[in-house]
Formats: sequence, structure tokens, C-alpha cells
Amino acid sequence: MTILVIAEHDNTAFKAATLNTIAAAQKIGGEIHVLVAGANCAGVAQQLATVQGVAKVRLADAAHYASHTAENLTALILANAAGYSHVLAPATTFGKNLLPRVAALLDVAQISEIIGVESQDTFVRPIYAGNALATVRSADPVKVITVRTTAFDPAGTGGAAPVEDLAPAADTAQSRLQSRELTKSERPELGAATIIVSGGRGLGNGDNYRKLLEPLADKLGAALGASRAAVDAGFVPNDYQVGQTGKVVAPQLYIAVGISGAIQHLAGMKDSKVIVAINKDPDAPIFQIADYGLVGDLFETVPELVSALS
Amino acid sequence: MKILVPVKRVVDYNVKVRVKSDGTGVDIANVKMSMNPFDEIAIEEAVRLKEAGIATEVVAVSCGVAACQETLRAAMAIGADRGILVETDAELQPLAVAKLLKALCDKEAPQLVICGKQAIDDDSNQTGQMLAALMNWPQATFASKLVVADGAATVTREIDGGLETLEIKLPAVVSTDLRLNEPRYATLPNIMKAKKKPLDTVKPAELGVDVAPRLATLKVVEPAKRSAGVRVADVAQLVDKLKNEAKVI
Repeated sequence: MTILVIAEHDNTAFKAATLNTIAAAQKIGGEIHVLVAGANCAGVAQQLATVQGVAKVRLADAAHYASHTAENLTALILANAAGYSHVLAPATTFGKNLLPRVAALLDVAQISEIIGVESQDTFVRPIYAGNALATVRSADPVKVITVRTTAFDPAGTGGAAPVEDLAPAADTAQSRLQSRELTKSERPELGAATIIVSGGRGLGNGDNYRKLLEPLADKLGAALGASRAAVDAGFVPNDYQVGQTGKVVAPQLYIAVGISGAIQHLAGMKDSKVIVAINKDPDAPIFQIADYGLVGDLFETVPELVSALS
Repeated sequence: MKILVPVKRVVDYNVKVRVKSDGTGVDIANVKMSMNPFDEIAIEEAVRLKEAGIATEVVAVSCGVAACQETLRAAMAIGADRGILVETDAELQPLAVAKLLKALCDKEAPQLVICGKQAIDDDSNQTGQMLAALMNWPQATFASKLVVADGAATVTREIDGGLETLEIKLPAVVSTDLRLNEPRYATLPNIMKAKKKPLDTVKPAELGVDVAPRLATLKVVEPAKRSAGVRVADVAQLVDKLKNEAKVI
């Protein structure tokens, strides 16, 4: 049994989600190979070769993999899929875009966002916005799986795997990247942060969001998140969104400020270790899951909290 | 240009679902059903392309039980020209739906398929990508902006770190994110008109597709309940609890 993990990276460093995916592969058991496809990304392959549990890194370096389009990566994976019992990728926008395409061409089902491994063919995944957990068994010869990264602790380092070069597949030329606009931030990445400060509609506008939440996040070394209402109202860019349709997070501490707690938001954060809710409405659903609830005006309590932490 | 839009009938997004006590699934008897929110956005986008003179016909497709007709009528009330129901009582998984849609794409030859990025019941986020793969068409998932011109689509996609813009050749599959548009409300006259629009019904067997599920659901359980914690009186008490009780700061 050999497992292929598709590494997510930006051609210079791998994304933390790759480590959680390797950890899920370790739970399944068997030999683990990691595929690094990109342009000028030999450094990424070297970094991943030191991850514990990795038996081999396979590197495909070609200009047409630079933007990681699903069409080109799928052709590469299919050309090298022989012998693998499982193909895994993180359930990030990268993995969600790619793996169903691979699965369809292997004529197998894809299993999305697993949060648990019961055996080599049986997995647990959330459905209905996390309101139910389904245990599913795959009858397919190859299991194609995306991994909810917050459900697996990242794999450690200390390995020394060989790096093997792979022949690139032909360029499909079906899609072309025009531009990429990434949100620049000094703060920790939302998906990997240990503390998250998240704001909702209650903040009123984008200026308030920044004025109130940035000092708090700075004090705590936290990442900033938001509810869909805050994103739709234009307070912050949409990659801040936590929820069923945004990012799923599970930090040590999640502070929800001015967020009512709709089902779709809870789906993205209810596995956080400690949840704090600050809201002026004592009946807001967020209080039903918050470990510590503070009923009060966020315009007074948040600055108070910042000074109390000094 | 013809646009095909797959739509799914799902439990309404506001409903708090209950897991059946025997662990076989979620109780959807007597629960309000509606069109999957992402699919509403897909229909709206297709209708806007028609209103802009880019598309000539918008065909809505739904796969599932007879009641999916209502979902197709809702799509036609937003502005789809006609509907196709692939009727079956069988449990349909994304790969089976993608194969059914492929059979319809082979027959209807659309230039563009716009689908929702995921259904809010199975949360799979697979069907559009699978359809693109089976057709050997390019894909642009999680679209928040779509411009169609000169046999190509320029699509702005929502990705984890921000946004990216792809240019893809048509025919292609585009899947919608929430921010692509705001779907219109169907007006009563349009709902009445939708009742007269054509709706064809086919069976999976007529399309030559085997819809047998590949994944067996062994059990469905409720996630561990989080119980409500304590209300703190003020900020000082909150900081004290976080420092000394939860020890997270």
C-alpha cells in the first residue's frame, strides 16, 4: 500500500496544510510519497524530504506547473498514479479544485474533507455544515481524499527521504493564470493560527473593524477572521471568512466579536478549544457554544480588553 | 451560446437538521426544501449573461426525485428557458451526477456549464470539477467574477490567500462562489410564466449512466455537543478566566 500526497506550495515554501495531510496519510498507514509539482520548486522538495514519515519525494519541475492549474496537475498525477492505493491533498481551495478532477478520470469517488480515519477504506467526514458526521466506506480501488487540516496534527521533521525527478506531462494549455492578488498580512495565517479574533456585522463598518480588532489581535499575536456578514458588507476581504463556505479553523482560542453565530459560521469554528463571545444580544446563538460569554457593547468592552491585556 | 446550469434540491439552509436516532442519516421528512444557494447564484449568472446578449438559451438541469421539478420551476422563474429532470429515486453521489451531466452535455452541446461550488447538504464540492474532467474541458472553480468574450472566459476565483484570475477556453465549467452575484427574487408573474416553460424528464438508464453509489454510508452521528459555558460579568473576569482557568493566553 502506497499513498501519494499532493504538496501545496507557492514554489518557494510548502503550505502548512501539507504537513497535516501527511499526518492523515500516516494514520492510514503504508509508504508515503509526496508529489511536488511547480516551477523552480526544487527547494520545496528538499524541505519536504525532511518531514517525518515521508519515504520519497517526487518532483516535477516545469514552467507550466508554476500556477498549479487543475488541468495540468491532473494530467501529471494521472500519468504517475499507477501503484498508489490512496491519493491525498489538503481540503484547501488548492486541493478542492484539483482532486475531484483526478478522481473523475480514475473513475472513482472522491471523499471530501475527512476528519477521521477508521481504516484503510473507511473515513469520517462532516455533512450538513458540520451538523452531522458521516462514516463512509469506499469500494473503489484508489481512494482519492481531501483532508480537513484542522483535524490532524502536523507531521514533524527529522526524516531524510530521497528526491526523485519526474518527467513533466505535456502542457494542456486549457487555462492560463492572468493575475493573483494575495492579501498581505504580517499576522499568522488564519488556518494555522493558535488564536483568532473574528468580527461580524456588529462592528458596523470596516474602520471600526480595524480600529477595534487589530489592536486586540496584535496584543494576542492572533490572526483576524470575519463572518460572512462582515465580508459581504465590505469590512474585510473575503479570504478572512470563517464558516461553511469560507475557512474552517480550530485554534486554541477563538474570540467572536459582534457575531450572532449562524449555522454557517459555527460550521467553521466550533471545534476551537476555547470560544469567547462578545455580543450585546444575550440571546445570540453564539452564546450557546461559547465557553465564556460577555454580554456588552463591543465598542466599550473590546478596548477595555486590549488595555487589560497590556 | 447555450448555458447549462445544474441545480440541486436540498434542505433549506436555515433548517437545523436532526440526525436520525438509528444512525442511518439525517431526517429530511417534512423538512423545508429549497434550491441549493450556490445554484441560485449559478442560475442568476446565466440569466444575466442572457440579458447581456451573450447567451441565447439557459437550460436548468436537476437530478433526483420527482419533487426536483419544483427546483427546476424555481430556476425557470428566475429566468431559465427550459428544464431537464433526470428522474431517479436512487441515492446520487457527485460522480454519478457528473456522468449524468456529461451525457446531457454531449446531447445539448452547451458552451458553458455554470454550477454551484458545493451543495450545502453533502458539502462535497466535487461535481463541477468532475464534469469538467469527464468532458476534458477547463474549469474555473469558486468564481466571484465571470466575463465571457471571444470564445473564452475570464474568471476571478476566490483562493485561500486572496483572489486569482484565470483565462479559460470555452467550452468550460465554472463553479460559483457566494460573492459572484445576488440572485433576484422571482416575481409572481414570472413564477406563473415558469409553469408554462418546457420541462423534459429522462431516466438515468436512457442516458446510459450507471448511478450506483461508490461510497457506502455506514453511519451518521451527531457531532459532540458543545455545551454553553459561563457568562462573565466584565472584562476583568474574562481576562482572569482566560489566563487562569482556560490558560490560553
